[in-house]
Amino acid sequence: MKLPYYPGCTLKKNAKNFEKAAMAAAKHLGIELVELPRWNCCGAVSSLTSDDVMHHVAAIRNLVRVQQMNDDGILDNEYRLVVLCSMCFNVLKRSNILATSNASMLNTINSFMDTEPDYEGTVEVKHFLEILRDEIGFDTIKSKVINPLKGLKVSAYYGCTLLRPREVGIDDPEAPTIMERLIEALGAEPVDNPYKSLCCGSYHTVGSNKEVVARRTYKIVEGARRNGADVIITSCPLCAFNLDNRQALTEKLYPGFKRMPILYFTQLMALAFGYESEAGFDGNFVDPIPLLEEKGLIGMKVQK
Amino acid sequence: MSYYHIEEEENELLAKVEEISGEIVTLCEQCGICTTSCPMADEMDFTPAGIMHAVKIGDKAVLDSKAIWICASCFTCTVRCPRGIDLAKVTEALRQIHLRKNKDHINLEEVKEEELEEDLPPIAIVSALRKFTG
Repeated sequence: MKLPYYPGCTLKKNAKNFEKAAMAAAKHLGIELVELPRWNCCGAVSSLTSDDVMHHVAAIRNLVRVQQMNDDGILDNEYRLVVLCSMCFNVLKRSNILATSNASMLNTINSFMDTEPDYEGTVEVKHFLEILRDEIGFDTIKSKVINPLKGLKVSAYYGCTLLRPREVGIDDPEAPTIMERLIEALGAEPVDNPYKSLCCGSYHTVGSNKEVVARRTYKIVEGARRNGADVIITSCPLCAFNLDNRQALTEKLYPGFKRMPILYFTQLMALAFGYESEAGFDGNFVDPIPLLEEKGLIGMKVQK
Repeated sequence: MSYYHIEEEENELLAKVEEISGEIVTLCEQCGICTTSCPMADEMDFTPAGIMHAVKIGDKAVLDSKAIWICASCFTCTVRCPRGIDLAKVTEALRQIHLRKNKDHINLEEVKEEELEEDLPPIAIVSALRKFTG
């Protein structure tokens, strides 16, 4: 399966391990992710006002690239655009819904981008997790596991943009299970967290308000720990930064707080599929290696 | 929270918020589900339901609140509102009233000196600028 893929800015800087691990895992499952040529920043957050068309242009321009890849023969009638970053996924999908449901808005966007071909509304924006669930299936994933993550208790953190608003979300916004099913397929044990979709504080991590983030980080990490989690997984590089790097500040605010490793779900996949070196565990802020060694999950010779 | 009342047709704030957000704020029945669901309510000076009430009665004090900037558009209230109001769009409209007058909520120079070296992800910087600057 050859699918177009939108990385987004943060996967090329802070979250390189998210992408590298995803590529290895996708390949193992027979998926080739082809990066969009000349992609641009999606804008990170969706414009929520009724009269702002301008801020949807960046997202739509990326969707035009998918059309062009089909026109150029790089893809064969494949309009499902795969996104890894939850925030980019949310922005691209929201703009796509708006453009395809509002003809006059699409017309305005198309006339503004007069050097580009018109966007025809043909692209479907998909999160990689949706491809895993709907195209590959968790049973197949289970059968492809080489290094089952036995004894590892994993708490899924969904955050906001993978689930909300309802028309964009990939699962039930109140009781999502998609990541738990993946955790199970990889041979690990999913544990619940009552705060698995509580906002981490998002962009408040910039500027003078980062304690707001550290307080949310405390709540989320402790929620997972109370249920016995060893590690938390996420699909959003901003959530990952807040839950991972901001643990340094959380420690200062809450004496006695113990750090917990935060991984991308693709890192867990790469590990279970036997691509330890592609999992990029040296890129996480809270070092997950001691935990994974203790569980006997890394440092072994694995047959590919 | 103040309890004075402005007739709907004279309520400038309500008219402006409804125009920018595209939401019908007067549908709000003050059930409070938004406030109990809000992960940021404990950081706010106006609760989400309080914001809705203020807009409804035309209390412009809400424009000077911390709350409209603390709301990070997580859409929990949006998903749960029994009246189908997208509250995230209402707080966005209140922020936009400032931002469209070129009143930014973040001092970029401060951010640069203090933190860029700590490896802030681009997604954090771009989203903060999108939410806090016009």
